[in-house]
Order: sequence, then C-alpha cells, then structure tokens
Amino acid sequence: MRFAILSFPGSSCDVDMLHAVRDIVGEGAEIISHVDAKLENYDAVLIPTGASYGDYLRPGALAQSSESIESLKTFVKSGKPVLGVGNGFQILVEAGILPGAFLRNQSLKFRSGKAKLAVRNASTYFTSNYEEDGLLTIPFAHEYGNYFVDRETARLLKETDRIIFTYEDGNLDGSVERIAGVLNEQGNVLGMMPLPERAVEEIIGGTDGLPLFQSILKNWSEKNVSHA
Amino acid sequence: MTKVKVYVTLRESVVDPQGIAAQEALQTMGFNEVESVRIGKLIELELAGTAAEIETRVTEMCDKLLVNKVIEQYSFEIGEVAGK
Repeated sequence: MRFAILSFPGSSCDVDMLHAVRDIVGEGAEIISHVDAKLENYDAVLIPTGASYGDYLRPGALAQSSESIESLKTFVKSGKPVLGVGNGFQILVEAGILPGAFLRNQSLKFRSGKAKLAVRNASTYFTSNYEEDGLLTIPFAHEYGNYFVDRETARLLKETDRIIFTYEDGNLDGSVERIAGVLNEQGNVLGMMPLPERAVEEIIGGTDGLPLFQSILKNWSEKNVSHA
Repeated sequence: MTKVKVYVTLRESVVDPQGIAAQEALQTMGFNEVESVRIGKLIELELAGTAAEIETRVTEMCDKLLVNKVIEQYSFEIGEVAGK
C-alpha cells in the first residue's frame, strides 16, 4: 500500500508519520509537498500535525490557499482513505471536508500529554482493528483542540455513528460531545486531535495508535489485493 | 485605494473563554459594572475597486477564508480613500 504524507509549510510531524507507517507498519510511504502534489498516485493520504502556515488567522485556515486542497477533495470523492491528525484535522475542517471548527482550549493554554479515548465506532475503515468501546491512551499536543459543531450537526454526527473517538478523562479542552475524532459522511475521511503516530512502539510509551494504521491497511487489502 | 475594516466576532452560541477571563479580570480590578466581554478580531484591508466591487469581493473573501462561519460572524466598513 502507498501512503502519501501531505506536508504544508509548518507541518512539523511529517517524519513521525513516515516512521510510523514505513518503519513500524511496514508499508510504502512518502512525504510529499503540497506544491504539485500528485495524490492520485497514492492509496491513502495522511495529513500530519504541526503548525501549517504558522497557525495564522485560524489553525489550518491558510492551507486552503494551496492547490493541493482541490486535489485532496478529488481524492476524497474517489473514496480512498484520508486521515488528518492534530493540525491535519484542523486543515480538513477548514477546507470543509469534515464538519465543525476549532476554538481555543477552554483553559486558554496549550496542553499536551496522553489522552484517554474511547472507540465509539469500531466498524469503520480506520477502526476495525479496535474493539467497540475499547479504551486507548494516545498522546495529544494542541492549543486549539476545542472542537465545535452546532447542536444540529452534533445530533447528526451521533445518529450516524460518525463520532469515532471521545475523550474519557474530563474533556479538559471543552469539545462538544467530548469529540476527539469524527468521520465524514462517506466514511473515508477521519480527523482526530490525538496523535496515533506517536503511539506505535512500546519504547515511546505505548502502541494504542498502531491498530488504526493496521485497520487502514487491512481494509485496503481486502478491497485491492486478490487472493489467488 | 480604499480601506476596509472587517470585524470578526464569535457567534453568540459560542463560548468565549478569553472574553470570560478578561471579564473576570476587569471585575477583580473594580470594574463591577461589566456584564459581558466578547473578544473578536479586526482585519484591515487596502484594495482597489469601486464600492460595489469591493462589497462583493470582500464578502467573498470573508466567506471563503477570513471568517469561519461555523463559529464566527462578521461585518465590514468600507472607509475613506487612503493616500493620494
């Protein structure tokens, strides 16, 4: 499987993502620049965290000026999987690929640590290797992690099982419905604020992020690899 | 060139923790009459075009980039011609 790690100016955790996918999961992965990004040559797109465009205006907002966002929208329409983590999630929201918006953390502080998450839907492209309602520990690091959607959208997300991860340790940043990760309507785009690529090896404190990448690989293989 | 001031504020349904913190600080300092503080942004643009063109283009800029209408609302003032 070929993963593209789509990098914008200021995306600082593209190498972490590369290490997770290429060295730990063992699949093909490349960091590609947002300039002239040939997304159609890849099977999945991963948008890493960092502070693209300096987080100016609103985190993730200025990435919309990149022509790669149009290619990304075409890629999404084709049904192939896209995962955005941290700032990558903020970019997906600002581009209108996922619903909602991000506000500053309730505490007004940048916070980082390990989040306790529950898997609310384990039958998606991204979570089928997890157990339904399983608890995970995944690192996070953000100042704008306070996910907002209006009531109507929150209700819709709930009813359609598109709230994929929720915070189970106090929801200190103030996200609506304790949302830590959401899926698009089509089911092929996941955005999450916690950073699964930082939880793929015991040596760095846990492997709870690994099944997410393995789910993508398994679901892709089932569709695309013929068992002769 | 024309100057345009775009005022961006959080929608009323959105909690503004920064505003609440500033309100509490003001009250602590004795400004007890303050009942609410909401903090927004001011964006100043300088651009060319007729008033009608500017109105259309700035609305488009706000809707596409400058404002996130999920959480924010905006208004703008088209000001005096700057410079010469």
